[in-house]
Amino acid sequence: MLNINSELKGLYAIWYRELLVFMREPSRLIGAIIQPLLWLVIFGTGLGSIIEPGAVSGTNYQQFLFPGILVMTVLFGSLFFGLYIILDKRIDFLKEVLVAPLNKSTMFFGKALGGSTDGLLQIIILMILGAIFFGIHFSLLTIILTFVIIILLLIAVTSLGLAIGSIMESPEGFGLISSFVIFPLFFLSGALFPVTNLPTWLRVIVTINPVSYAVDALRSVILGITSYGLPLDFTVLIAFTVIMVMVGTWAFKRIKL
Amino acid sequence: MPLIEIKNLTKKFDDFTAVDDLSLEINEGEIFGLLGPNGAGKTTTLSMLATLLPPTSGNAVINGFDVAKHPTQVRRSIGFVFQDPSSDDLLTGRENLYLHALMYGVKDSEIDKKIDEGLKLVDLTDKQNIRMRKYSGGMRRRLELARGFLHSPKILFLDEPTLGLDPQTRENLWEYIKRLSTENKITIILTTHYMEEADELCDRIAIIDHGKLVALDTPVNFKKSLGGDLVTIKTKKPDLPEIQKMDYVKHVQYKGDVLSLTVNDAGSHLQKILENVGEAENVELHSPTLQDVFLKLTGRQIREGSDEGEGGWMTRTMHSESR
Ligand SMILES: Nc1ncnc2c1ncn2[C@@H]1O[C@H](COP(=O)(O)OP(=O)(O)OP(=O)(O)O)[C@@H](O)[C@H]1O
Ligand SMILES: [Mg+2]
Repeated sequence: MLNINSELKGLYAIWYRELLVFMREPSRLIGAIIQPLLWLVIFGTGLGSIIEPGAVSGTNYQQFLFPGILVMTVLFGSLFFGLYIILDKRIDFLKEVLVAPLNKSTMFFGKALGGSTDGLLQIIILMILGAIFFGIHFSLLTIILTFVIIILLLIAVTSLGLAIGSIMESPEGFGLISSFVIFPLFFLSGALFPVTNLPTWLRVIVTINPVSYAVDALRSVILGITSYGLPLDFTVLIAFTVIMVMVGTWAFKRIKL
Repeated sequence: MPLIEIKNLTKKFDDFTAVDDLSLEINEGEIFGLLGPNGAGKTTTLSMLATLLPPTSGNAVINGFDVAKHPTQVRRSIGFVFQDPSSDDLLTGRENLYLHALMYGVKDSEIDKKIDEGLKLVDLTDKQNIRMRKYSGGMRRRLELARGFLHSPKILFLDEPTLGLDPQTRENLWEYIKRLSTENKITIILTTHYMEEADELCDRIAIIDHGKLVALDTPVNFKKSLGGDLVTIKTKKPDLPEIQKMDYVKHVQYKGDVLSLTVNDAGSHLQKILENVGEAENVELHSPTLQDVFLKLTGRQIREGSDEGEGGWMTRTMHSESR
């Protein structure tokens, strides 16, 4: 009954549309890159100047910040992607997709993959800039592992964004809910500071935030610094991704037109 | 067996009933019209048939599949041209068609051919590679129509297919729709609040108001139910006795300078009538329209605050030159 071939074609179509649209709006890409660069340059330099060299786990602060900024790019860019589902709702394009003889999970996954691909393109550009301007060293293994971590996180956060977009009816409502979600996820993740010497209350919060494990995994892979160890990082990250995809699919199936 | 069977279909939004106990049967190959004013529940009905909205109660069976139990099979049988724009602005017309072909399961080997055919049918071949942001409303509508039947669905839903188009584009679209129906034997359900459109295209029409079925018949029968045509002539010296003698003239009224007649098949008898009215300044022939039918059935105009100045109605005004 489930025709794999046509589901795959549908998946490809939905993904391909996101990619085409993304490529046609260079402002999306540029905007998504400028912000993290500003963070790296301004925040990294500013805060870096008052932090003694070596105080953050033996690297300079800018380098220490780099994995956190990758995570920031994913979080803000991909969660925001959920907004497009609200814009699709405003015109009847969403109906055009929903009337297609495809499984709802296929539609959702195509959309999530589309958003993740956009995010991945941004990350690749940031990695290149990081290697050129911030002295980040990437080996082949580093690149592969970084991609795996980033892709898991991208799928998780895009799914979360799509879930919020499926439930909310207005862009304003979407903005409100996502800021409630995104700021704690980001600031309480250790993206900006090491998690080792925190007061207990903060450490507890950071420990239960799944995004902390993505930051830790990236730091481990790129800089060789880890607090939780890669196996735990991956376990949490994979679980987070699976749960978010399930939540997203669930919300998408209940989308109100 | 009818291709579409709607039984007691009802949709409530909170405590507001948008579609109220609607039952209809639509046969294969028909062009079936849902006619009603704004907010009558037309779009809501189509959305339930297309599995976009779950019915509150009642059910519908489409091409043998229950919309609630087998939504995917239902979606495999249908195409839908939505009321509001539903194509992606940033993509070209051809790209929008291509995505549709992939999502709606057109065979790989046929995709290019179908897209070319569709573009040709709606005369957009030379605009296919332009982004749809630059399409006019009419071009967009035509593209979306081509897209709706790109995958050769058995059943096509058209939600206000010509809303907001100029009369000429509208007539062209009618031609496309008729061609689709005759050449491809597609069953079409369309919604409209243009009487003329329903009259021109539909084999049968269901008039709905406040979510309820008010009447169901063919356009011809609907109009027959109203009696003859209305002829209004402005003239000073009509030969009233002679006119009253004509057996196709049902009713005569002469007030001020205006002579009002109810006439059977006025088109063929107008010449004879005019010969007996003397110097006519102005002649109006009004054939009963679905508008009149609607008015009679519901006591209301089809659109309150009628912004319908677009020459839809079948009133023809003739200024007689020198008679
Ligand atoms: N999602 C919804 N939530 C609440 N009410 C709705 C919803 N969708 C439609 N309605 C209401 O249901 C009624 C029927 O709407 P519908 O769109 O089916 O009308 P329509 O016949 O298509 O009208 P139009 O000619 O304006 O397109 C309207 O009063 C509308 O306000
Ligand atoms: Mg409507």
